[in-house]
Amino acid sequence: MKLSRQEVEHIARLARLTLTEAEIVRYQEQLSDILDYAAMLQSVDTSGIAPVTSVLPPKASALRADQPGDTTPLSQLFNNAPDQQDDQFKVPPVMEQDA
Amino acid sequence: MNDLLSLSVRQLLTGLNERAFTSEVLTSACLERIHTLDGDLHAFLYPDTEGALAAARKADQRRADWRPGDTPLPPLLGLPIAVKDVLMVEGMPCTCGSKILEGFIAPYTATAVQRLLDAGVIIVGKTNTDEFAMGSSTENSAYGATRNPWNPTHVPGGSSGGSAAAVAARMVPVALGTDTGGSVRQPASFCGVSGIKPTYGRVSRYGLVAYGSSLDSVGVFARSVEDVALVFRHMAGEDPLDATSSDRPVPEYSTEPCADLEGIRIGVPQEYFTEGIQPAVAAAVREAIAQMESLGAEVTQISLSHTRYAVPVYYLLAPAEASANLARFDGVRYGPRETNESLHRLYDQTRGTRFGSEVKRRIMLGTYALSAGYYDAYYAQAQKVRTLIKSDFDAAFQQVDVIAAPVAPTTAFPFGQHSDDPLAMYLEDVFTLPANLAGIPGLAFPVGFDNAGLPIDLQLMAAPFAEQQLFEIARCYQTVTDWHQQQPMR
Repeated sequence: MKLSRQEVEHIARLARLTLTEAEIVRYQEQLSDILDYAAMLQSVDTSGIAPVTSVLPPKASALRADQPGDTTPLSQLFNNAPDQQDDQFKVPPVMEQDA
Repeated sequence: MNDLLSLSVRQLLTGLNERAFTSEVLTSACLERIHTLDGDLHAFLYPDTEGALAAARKADQRRADWRPGDTPLPPLLGLPIAVKDVLMVEGMPCTCGSKILEGFIAPYTATAVQRLLDAGVIIVGKTNTDEFAMGSSTENSAYGATRNPWNPTHVPGGSSGGSAAAVAARMVPVALGTDTGGSVRQPASFCGVSGIKPTYGRVSRYGLVAYGSSLDSVGVFARSVEDVALVFRHMAGEDPLDATSSDRPVPEYSTEPCADLEGIRIGVPQEYFTEGIQPAVAAAVREAIAQMESLGAEVTQISLSHTRYAVPVYYLLAPAEASANLARFDGVRYGPRETNESLHRLYDQTRGTRFGSEVKRRIMLGTYALSAGYYDAYYAQAQKVRTLIKSDFDAAFQQVDVIAAPVAPTTAFPFGQHSDDPLAMYLEDVFTLPANLAGIPGLAFPVGFDNAGLPIDLQLMAAPFAEQQLFEIARCYQTVTDWHQQQPMR
């Protein structure tokens, strides 16, 4: 089964990735190859088999008291921001959405 | 002072404690070697010359000021290590080998690293990796590949190829790596060093940039298994900042040499010696198993019948998890931004331009496997087959204590061999993926060379939290063999 160009473009849109024309063509081939290979899983009888959600048994101590503690200073976090203003991340207007 | 760089961790710690040399001298020797060799090897993305020397001088001062009756000095005080560039160290760059984190400075330190800092280590720098740990060769690093110290026309393995190469080239005695599908064990084998992939949950992942959260683990490389164990024990343990870290007590990880392997049951899975395997690899691994048998171990053939499904299961589940984990890289909070034209363009172009082709391929694959209409056929089915793979191991460990197998089907391959065929590259991971899918520990250590002089490791796998047993058996093997003492020329 080969992925169509439309399918590749749809996945890229879901994943929020701009792809070049060459990438679209290449991923169409490569993703199809990988998914074809993965199709061997369809032949495995998994009736009555539970999916793995974690390889670890749940632990009793995973919950803790909800107490405030020290946090990383905001200034240190904003040092890495591409654009900021008044201790907030700055982005283009969110109400003017395009596709 | 290059001879210092051939000493074991135990010898280095003894030398430091007996004032035979200072941490400053040792750390300088590491940095000099990095500066001499790294133009060719490119094991490091960021050597921290100034910071490491300052930390070493501080460690020396601390040792000089110590008096009997004071609280004991940290056990690894003054030992230089390198850290894979997916683990954060406060104040140092953390790029994950990606252009999307170009210029990013880590605002805090990963717990695994912090524990070693508390134990006294000196961090000499950050090592190269396939972008976001996705790859088996370091060819996916956006900053250029690392070369194999045994033969610079071959890859060092990946994704922790920088750390493996740095240890093999004696730039550092110890380096940290991560293993999501084999990224410690496979480069250990390609570079002829020892490396542990611990049980899932044994080491905290806080401060590790997440790739596949149900699979990621933090491990250690060194030239011998004893060296690995001496450092690993200080890194393992529960962490309130990582809910998946296990609350099981951490054993001492005794490094006593053991005389023989009497009473140890070793299983050899027939599925790991298939026709695709390079004959030299199969021969070296079988010979090592025979040697363990001559040391008293009982060797039996076993079957892990779902092994062939590990590649498709992993390459659906890991990309699915990655597609969610890497959603955070969107040009808003960190890293460079490509455009301010509109919010969606900002996301799409920053991600499309700055992620490399393997990362985009896995995000696409994972997004597809999780998308409406395909979830049950791909993701849910893969999770069920993962249960079958895990059950194979559960059943095997009823019969045997450990499983011995090749790490990879081949020795280090030449650059470019798989660059146009991602599926062929994925198939190389067939022997390392099952341990990650089952959450069990795996230890790789050298057992020979192929005709071209490229190293070959064997991997031992054990039941969850049985790292101690892996260390003991491999330590026993290394007391009667010297494969781990072979060094690349220069």
